[in-house]
Amino acid sequence: MLHTFVAYVEDKPGVLTRVASLFRRLNINIISLTVGRSERTGYSRMTIVAEASDQAGHRIRASLYKLEDVAEVDDISGISAVTRELALIKVAANAENRSGVFELAEVFRARIVDLAPESMMIEITGVESKIEGLIQVLNERENRVLEVCRSGKMTMRRGHHTSRVLRAMGVSAEPSPSDRESNESPSSEEPE
Amino acid sequence: MTHGQSEFDPEVLTRLTGAELLWATLVGEGVTEVFGYPGGAILPAYDALRKFPIRHILVRHEQGAAHMADGYARASGKVGVAIATSGPGATNLVTGIATAMMDSIPIVCITGQVSSKVLGTDAFQEIDITGITLPVTKHNFLVSRAEEIAPAIRAAFQIAQSGRPGPVLVDITKDAQQATAIFDFAGAKPRAYAPHPMLHCTDQKLHQAAELIRKAERPVILAGHGILQARAGEQVRNLAERMQIPIGMTLLGLGAFPASHPLNMGMMGMHGESWVNQAIQEADLLIACGMRFDDRVIGTPATYATKAKKIHIEIDPAEINKNIAVDVALVGDLREVLEQLLPLLPGRDGSAWLRLIEASKGTAAVRDIRNLPDSGHLYAAHVMHDLWRITEGRAIVATDVGQHQMWEAQYYHHDFPRTLITSGGLGTMGFALPAGIGAKFACPDREVWVIAGDGGFQMTASELATIAQEKLKINIAVINNGYLGMVRQWQEFFYERNYQSTPLVSPDFVKLADAHGIRGAAVRTRAELENVVNEARAHDGPFLINFMVEQEDSVYPMIPAGRALHEMIRRPDQNPLIETPQDS
Repeated sequence: MLHTFVAYVEDKPGVLTRVASLFRRLNINIISLTVGRSERTGYSRMTIVAEASDQAGHRIRASLYKLEDVAEVDDISGISAVTRELALIKVAANAENRSGVFELAEVFRARIVDLAPESMMIEITGVESKIEGLIQVLNERENRVLEVCRSGKMTMRRGHHTSRVLRAMGVSAEPSPSDRESNESPSSEEPE
Repeated sequence: MTHGQSEFDPEVLTRLTGAELLWATLVGEGVTEVFGYPGGAILPAYDALRKFPIRHILVRHEQGAAHMADGYARASGKVGVAIATSGPGATNLVTGIATAMMDSIPIVCITGQVSSKVLGTDAFQEIDITGITLPVTKHNFLVSRAEEIAPAIRAAFQIAQSGRPGPVLVDITKDAQQATAIFDFAGAKPRAYAPHPMLHCTDQKLHQAAELIRKAERPVILAGHGILQARAGEQVRNLAERMQIPIGMTLLGLGAFPASHPLNMGMMGMHGESWVNQAIQEADLLIACGMRFDDRVIGTPATYATKAKKIHIEIDPAEINKNIAVDVALVGDLREVLEQLLPLLPGRDGSAWLRLIEASKGTAAVRDIRNLPDSGHLYAAHVMHDLWRITEGRAIVATDVGQHQMWEAQYYHHDFPRTLITSGGLGTMGFALPAGIGAKFACPDREVWVIAGDGGFQMTASELATIAQEKLKINIAVINNGYLGMVRQWQEFFYERNYQSTPLVSPDFVKLADAHGIRGAAVRTRAELENVVNEARAHDGPFLINFMVEQEDSVYPMIPAGRALHEMIRRPDQNPLIETPQDS
C-alpha cells in the first residue's frame, strides 16, 4: 500500500540523506518527497510517500523517530488530510492549436504561465489523479508533452471535523493509538 | 606549564584550541582511556593530549581501536572511546563501528578530517566518513568549527548511552582542531534526552501482559542483551522466581541471569540446547525481555513457537513485530516495565511445566562431550569446560566468532553480568583479542581470557604488540583446529564435505607470542590442560596457550539455517571422530 509520512526534521546538512537512506536500507522506493521550510524555526517539513507492505508503516515511523535530526513523524496514510501536488507541464503548441490547450486548462482549472511561439506552459495544482488526468488528456489530444515537473505530494491533516462530516467525505476518523500501532487503518482516497 | 585536570576547571571559561577542547570535553565526560592511532589530520589533537589526564593506548590497526572501545564498553557499561585519523584511519574503524551498532554498544569514535577549506576536493587522506558510517552509527557529526567540538562530543556521549545504545562518530576537521574557542563544558550540554515518542506501556497493556502470564501453563522467558543494558537482572530474576518461569538465554544475554540458577535452561537458538528450543516450541507464552528475535534465535518465523502467545518488552519500537508478530508489546525501559509489571503478578506453581522440561532433556546429558570417556583427544568443549572450572566461572571471557564461540557459550557458564564479551549480531572475526584488551582496561583487577579460533585470531593478531607495549595481564587461548571450523562444519553438513578454502596453515602461535615477548605454551592432550592453564594464570604477564584440538569436531546441537527450532541436529550418540580420527 501507499504510505504517507509527514516529518519535521532539523534544517541542516545531511538530514535528507539520513531520511532517504533509511528507506534505501529497507529496500523501499520513495515515490515522492517534498521538503520545505515549516512554521517551526530551524525545522523543515517533509512529506514522504512510499510504497511498502501494510505492516511496514509502524516500523518506518519508529525508525524515522530513531534519527537524531527527526523531531516529529506523522503517519497519515488513510487519515483525513488535504493533499496537493503542483505540476508544471510544457506542451508543444503553436498558433493553430493553442486554443485547444487553453480550453483544457480551463476545464482542469489550470493556468497558462508561459507562452512561446512553439510551446506553452501549464501550471496545475491538485490531487495526483487530477494532474494525471490532465497529462493523460494532453497526450490523447496529441498535444505533445515536452516536459513535466511535479512537486510531489504535500499533505496536511484536516482540522477537527465531526465524525458525520468525515463520513460524508468518505474518510476515516482519526485512528485510535491501538490502530496506529498495528497500522490497520484503511487507506482511503482523497476527495476533491 | 602545569599538567593535569586542574588546569581545565569546567567552571572557568577558558579559551582553548579545538584540540584542547576535545580532550577537555572527554575529561568532563569521565573518559580516562582512549584507544587510537595517530595520523596527519588528527595530529593537533595528539599534540594536545599530553596536557590531559587521559591514557592513550596505541593500537596496531584502527579496527582494533574500535573493538577495544567496544570491549571496554561491554565490560564496564560505560562509553568506550576510539580515535583515528582521516581517510584509511577512519575507514579501518568501520568494521568495529558496525559490530557495536549490531550489538547496541555505546562507543564514541573520533576521527580527524582534512581542513574545512579543502573538504570535498579529494585532498590527501580525505574520505567522507560521516557518509560511510551513516548506516552503521546511531548518529554522526561532521564538525568544522572549534565552537562545535564540545557540544558535538557531549551530544555524542548522550546519544551513545541513551535509549537503545549505539556507536556515534564525531569527525573533526584539522582547522577546527587548530582554531580556538571558549571552553564552556556546562554550556555545551546537549538538550535534554527525549525518549522515543513511540514508547508505549499503558496500564491496559500491563494488565493484558499480566493476565497472559497468570493464565499461562507453559511460559518461557527469553532473556536478552537488554537485561544488561537496562540493568534489569534483579527484576527478571524476580519475575522468573515469583512465577516459576524457566528462562532461555540469547548469546548476548549470557551472564545477565546466572547460568547456575535452577530456572536457567541455557542458551536458545541455532546452537542452543535441545531442551531449551523444545521448551520454546512447546510453550504457550513467551516473555521476551530485551531481545529482538534474531534469525539465529528463531529459525524461521513461520515455524517459531506457533502455540505461544508473545509478550515483547523492548526499548526500541522499531523492533516490535519486526521478525515475530507479538500479542502484547510493552515498549519501554525493561527495568521500568518489569517494575510496573511485577506487582500485578501474585505467584504461581510452575512445577508441572518445569518437570516436563527436565524430562525432555532425556539422553542429552549422556551425549554431552563432557560425559564421553576420555579418549586422549582434546576437544574444544573440554577446554571451555575446564577453563570454566579452573577459573570458577569468574573470568571475563572475550570470544571471537565461530565454533569456539558456540562451545564457550555452551560450556563456560556465566553467572555474572558483563563477563562474556562477544560479537553476536555482526559476527566479527578478529573481535576477541582487541575486545579483551578493552575489557582489561575497563576491569584491570579482573582475570581476562581471550578465546579465539586459529582463523579469527590471525585477523587481529597484531594487537599482541599492544598487549606487550601496555604490559597487560591477559590470558589468550587459541583454539587451533587447522580449519575455519564453523565454515568447515557447514561444508560438512550442507556442501558434501567440499572443504573449499577452509584448511588453514598458521604460524606457530607460541613462537609468535614469543616474538612479542609474551610467554606461551601448546596443549595437545587434556591431561596437560590444567597445569598449563594454571601456569598461565599464575604468570605475571600475558600468556598464550595454543590448544591443538580435534580438527573435524562440530558444534552440536545445530538448527540448520532456515529450519524450525525443533528440527535440530542432535549430538551424535557417540562421536564418530573417536572411532575414525581420519575422516574418510
